[in-house]
Amino acid sequence: MAKVIIKLGADISTDDIYPGRYMATVLPTETPAFCFADRTEFNTRLKAKAFEPGSIILGGENFGCGSSREQAASAINGYGLVVVAQNISRIFLQNAINLGLRVVICPTIDAEEGHELTLEPTEVVNLTTGKRFPIQPLPPARQAIIDAGGLIPYTRQRMQPV
Amino acid sequence: MGMTVVEKILARASGLALVKAGDVVEPRVDLAMSHENAALVINQFKEVYEGSGREATPWDSSRIAIIFDHRVPAESPKTATNQKKIREFVAQHGIAKFHDVRGDVGGICHQILPEYGYVRPGFVVVGTDSHTTSHGALGAFSFGIGATEMASVWTLGFAVNVEVPATIKVVVSGEFSEFVGPKDLILHLIGTLTAQGANFRAIEFHGETIRKMSTSGRLVICNMSVEAGATSGIVPGDQETLRYLREEAGVTDEITLTTPDPDAVYERVVEIDINTLTPQIACPHMVDNVKPIAEVVGTKVHQIVIGSCTNGRLDDLAMAADILRGKKVAQDVRMLVFPASGRIFGQALDLGYVHDLMKAGAVVMNSGCGPCLGVHEGALGDDETALSTTNRNFKGRMGNPKSGVYLCSPAVAAASAITGVITDPRQGGK
Repeated sequence: MAKVIIKLGADISTDDIYPGRYMATVLPTETPAFCFADRTEFNTRLKAKAFEPGSIILGGENFGCGSSREQAASAINGYGLVVVAQNISRIFLQNAINLGLRVVICPTIDAEEGHELTLEPTEVVNLTTGKRFPIQPLPPARQAIIDAGGLIPYTRQRMQPV
Repeated sequence: MGMTVVEKILARASGLALVKAGDVVEPRVDLAMSHENAALVINQFKEVYEGSGREATPWDSSRIAIIFDHRVPAESPKTATNQKKIREFVAQHGIAKFHDVRGDVGGICHQILPEYGYVRPGFVVVGTDSHTTSHGALGAFSFGIGATEMASVWTLGFAVNVEVPATIKVVVSGEFSEFVGPKDLILHLIGTLTAQGANFRAIEFHGETIRKMSTSGRLVICNMSVEAGATSGIVPGDQETLRYLREEAGVTDEITLTTPDPDAVYERVVEIDINTLTPQIACPHMVDNVKPIAEVVGTKVHQIVIGSCTNGRLDDLAMAADILRGKKVAQDVRMLVFPASGRIFGQALDLGYVHDLMKAGAVVMNSGCGPCLGVHEGALGDDETALSTTNRNFKGRMGNPKSGVYLCSPAVAAASAITGVITDPRQGGK
């Protein structure tokens, strides 16, 4: 069971998730400080560790559009949060998978901030409303990277033996 | 079954006779580009080798390009230290396609790659920058990736688990009216497709208008294809591609052009007639919030920006200089011009454009990305508005979430600089 800690609209850009002016910061240990930096109140609560790991950022369509900056994924991942969105922009989706940020594509999701959800293998259940929404499976090519624990371990597996 | 250009390129690079949309392939990478985020790539690359007992050595240093452009010259000790670390890596591994902070060979990555002939038709290009779609202008399959994925490419020499994208065919016909051009075309297309309309898809550009378009214009439309979500925009290589690579990039070795099969399968075909296209404006705060200029004429602007990987090339500066020559930028407007490369800056100096723009009141800055994404110079104040030839207008893009950005062509930007309000260049600035 996980709580929706913020509900966002469509086309949440990587500039929103991680503003460009913090891009000189690259370390996954440092990027979370600037997660949604321009949403001052939310950022303050994130930094205060006000949310349980596993809590949900609820996005609309085209979540993570824009830049290839990996900081957008590492910043969210630093808090152990999960992204549930109607659909996700390609580069952000790939970055999330590469870094082990859990993302769930749920095209018909209907939930509000404060609702409690459970993420089952094939559907999202909104415990607050009792409604169930199917999860769109990730493309098989990407599942292999998730199964390996991210792209770095996956790449290690794929390296030629000495 | 026939193949699209992207399918053909991916088939060749993956050693397969035939691929189709949805297939998963692992294409060999011909060119791997990074900018300052190479600092993160280097971290991740070393992490891949951590504990392996092997030295972290890129698969082929000759296929790696690193161009400093996002924060040049460095705006902070952090950036300066990142750049220093990258220089050390470049020296250690003999990366020749390295462009440091320099007035002669420096510039924005998406201009440097074409300018120096690093990209060829049929190449698979990856870059740790979303606007890597630009290089489809030269007939390459070119797409943006994150830093960790680049570390994987540096290790393996191929991109893992790439899904072959379905292709949207865009056929453009007609002649641009005066003061209307490629930027207006791509803004119109993004407005039509929406910001997610091409997510996970490639856009292949065709039609008489594209055939007649210069490589400079093709770079504009491929650059901004990502704003419709596209994995890649691509103009199949043709005579203009050969002309550009031979005459402007100085390429002397063999060039092979790849064209789609006549029976290639497209997910969708979009036809655009540009005969009646007017200047287009993307309004705050989304790139697909596109309106014909007539709907926003007269909107007050505080800062005009001409430059970037989208519209900082010589033809863009020529357009701006022609409109501003002998005129003045309005007193309550700041005008920033940043050419896309040192070479272009030099050409604009020789041709007098820089002088024209400065005399009109513009600040001509060094080549780089800074103002476009609010990382370095040109930040907006609260409640201020910019009119810019760059490629994104997300909330906060120019460094301040309390400001707004309109996107337009160089002609609209220059005409509006004179008046201080969004102005249709066909009516002229006064």
